Amino acid sequence: MKKIKSPQELKRLQDQIQNSRDPEKPCITICAGTGCLAYGTQKLIDSIKAEIKKQKLDKKVDIRTSGCHGFCERGPLIVIHPQKIFYQQVKLDDVAEIIQETIINGKTIDRLFYTDSASGNKIIHEDEVPFYRKQMRIIFGMNGQIDPASIEDYLAIGGYSALGKVLGGMKPEAVIEEIKEANLRGRGGGGFPTGRKWESTKNAKGDLKYIICNADEGDPGAYMDRSLLEGNPHSILEGMIIGAYAIGSSEGYIYVRNEYPLAVNNITIAIKTAREMGLLGKKILGSNFNFDIKINRGGGAFVCGESSALFASIEGRVGEPRAKYVHATDRGLYDRPTCLNNVETWANVPLIINKGAKWYQGIGTENSKGTKIFSLVGKINNTGLVEVPMGITLKEIIYEIGGGIPGGRKFKAVQTGGPSGGCIPEKLLEMPVDFDELAKIGSMMGSGGMIVMDDRNCMVDVAKYFLKFLEGESCGKCTPCREGVLQMRLILDRITEGKGEEKDLGRLEEMGQAIIDGSLCALGGTAPNPVLSTLKYFRDEYEAHIRDKKCPAGVCKSLITYSIDKEACTGCRACARACPSDAIAGEKKEPHTIDLIKCIKCGACLESCKFDAIIIT
Amino acid sequence: MAIVTIDGRKTEAPLGTTIMEAAREINIHIPSLCSNEELNPYGACRICMVEITQGSRTRMVASCIYEVADGLEVKTSSERVLKVRRLVIELLLARNPNHPALTKIARGLGIENTSFPIDFKGCILCGQCVRTCQEVVGALAIGFESRGNTRKVTTPFGESSPDCIACGACAFICPVQVIFMEEKDGMRKIWDTEFPLQKCNKCGQYFAPKKQLEYFRKIANLPEDHFDTCIGCR
Repeated sequence: MKKIKSPQELKRLQDQIQNSRDPEKPCITICAGTGCLAYGTQKLIDSIKAEIKKQKLDKKVDIRTSGCHGFCERGPLIVIHPQKIFYQQVKLDDVAEIIQETIINGKTIDRLFYTDSASGNKIIHEDEVPFYRKQMRIIFGMNGQIDPASIEDYLAIGGYSALGKVLGGMKPEAVIEEIKEANLRGRGGGGFPTGRKWESTKNAKGDLKYIICNADEGDPGAYMDRSLLEGNPHSILEGMIIGAYAIGSSEGYIYVRNEYPLAVNNITIAIKTAREMGLLGKKILGSNFNFDIKINRGGGAFVCGESSALFASIEGRVGEPRAKYVHATDRGLYDRPTCLNNVETWANVPLIINKGAKWYQGIGTENSKGTKIFSLVGKINNTGLVEVPMGITLKEIIYEIGGGIPGGRKFKAVQTGGPSGGCIPEKLLEMPVDFDELAKIGSMMGSGGMIVMDDRNCMVDVAKYFLKFLEGESCGKCTPCREGVLQMRLILDRITEGKGEEKDLGRLEEMGQAIIDGSLCALGGTAPNPVLSTLKYFRDEYEAHIRDKKCPAGVCKSLITYSIDKEACTGCRACARACPSDAIAGEKKEPHTIDLIKCIKCGACLESCKFDAIIIT
Repeated sequence: MAIVTIDGRKTEAPLGTTIMEAAREINIHIPSLCSNEELNPYGACRICMVEITQGSRTRMVASCIYEVADGLEVKTSSERVLKVRRLVIELLLARNPNHPALTKIARGLGIENTSFPIDFKGCILCGQCVRTCQEVVGALAIGFESRGNTRKVTTPFGESSPDCIACGACAFICPVQVIFMEEKDGMRKIWDTEFPLQKCNKCGQYFAPKKQLEYFRKIANLPEDHFDTCIGCR
């Protein structure tokens, strides 16, 4: 591809691409995010391509494999443009019919529509699906419009316009002012004002300054950064290039987990094509500004998402944090001024430059502007990635976007902020979601994990799960995190085994605070949060484990027994077949019984019973 | 120079001084386990935590790393500080319940025994041995293996390290003396490896590992026979 030599040339190229595209031409967009690929979407893509060829429609119909659309629960997803017909849970067998009926005959296929569980209505268009309707997909929405491997697709939707605007006459100071005025805060967890970070790096002494994109996403259940990198890599590059110009940096890194092969692949292609077109490298868009980006693949240690550990890892040392009494903006990577921002933060930058700080300020709450992408997982009907304006309530996210709890069960808690966050109870669901509100109640925004739990989740068990995760991910350098988290977990082990004592709760709180105060980095400094927040909001569950030796949610194996309700049991043998330890006896059509000695409390019977006859006490 | 207030006492300290050093100058003792003036600041044991106030912001920092600044107010034994120290020492006692270096600090904090189950490891992972080997000796023969509470100090892959010069600096620096070193029949044993010792050509006594002397000789560019005689006999 030809190098673009000026912002004007860029504009001409964008116009040329846009004009060459017929908006009325049918286009089948297939979600090829990691979630949909796991459903077997690659075969679906191959089959659609083959069918189009077979019907000799190659010239008349475009096929676009895009990044994640967010509604992972309902994949594989297909959107047919220009009508935006939304087909979900598409199977290989549906392909021929889709091409024949929808593409050739212009008819829709009812079977493939999404059915709104509340109204029972079939929904035809993507933007009418309740999951999408309440969202504000200013960042993530672009995923569905582009093939991440095509820079032309990105240019066609106005990509790199912000870079053109910046290099077409904005001073670095003006760029920083714009970001500061927009009040963009870091999306990686801390929520530090991005503009201030940029300014500090710009003002720091040193010739060589670094820009880093932190793509070491590691919270259990969180995959929004992954989906952005996979689905729209150029938006992150554009943000980084603008940041580099503002700060005066010539070298950048993307630190991405090696476990994200598609993200690594797509960002590698994006960097290569951006370089070929003169958007990266020497004399970007014909200016005197030089900047290039290297990819650094992380080995998967959770702690490497922490800035100083991330620097150590890039430098080739063991990924261990060091005390951050000197800011990274003064001495970061290789002891040089470094500006580290998260994937989503970088993706916000082009948008702010294009639409202006004033526009951006109009979204969100007083001190948290813009949108935030959450990965909504756990006991929720609509699992997926959602982008919402700051200030939306948890209730709206969980019930209106997420569609509530499956099986009509009762909501118990939502965990935000990943392992470092806290569990929020039902009484706080009306709370607006923003950086400060979440912190006030003992949780945090974090990078955007949102795990929903119902009445079958034991909060002591949940706290234990997160501690166990962090115990394994602690680097082991400082004592409070290495030893303290382990000892807290051992106390929780005892409680869930029915060996807890009254004094344990006070001890956990005391230890938690001391670990927060004493740890070297944010991993240890937030590790006790899941325990402290569950102690605050679900203390009665801890007390039930300790005083009554009961697990109210029926999770902790030492404290529960399985039995069969003789009245409800129809004698269908389903549970007996499911039982891996041969513990269920009973004749057909006669009530069954569980042999408590053989029973391993795995819950297979509970899941297999259609008559609610399995009782946990 | 910076004027700082430590436990209510104003003192002046040159910029670049750590809080721990500035406190020591006015006889305020802050316990430490991983810091050593011969080594770069590390800040891992967290026994030296102090509470600092700068302007309207109060926070906890490791006094072995944090440097003084004008107007800094430091509390070295507030309740918040003591809570962290008590936890840290109890956690370390669970790894090594009887060593005087730990029990002495514990008693100073009013702790007789740890309330945590004892899982004897000996090593408290202060990292002084690893850092000495790297920063002072320059051999890089030992390092940390694994992470979290499975972390331990070892030679690469737990095998005989070709980089170890048997100088014994690691054993010497260890505050809880858990690095095994033994000399017998002209051999020094350390890190599960035996190293021959050099015999003095005058007094006939073994005086240092041959590998260590060779290492020094090369660094200082000394003649081949420089270490044939022990220091006492020269």
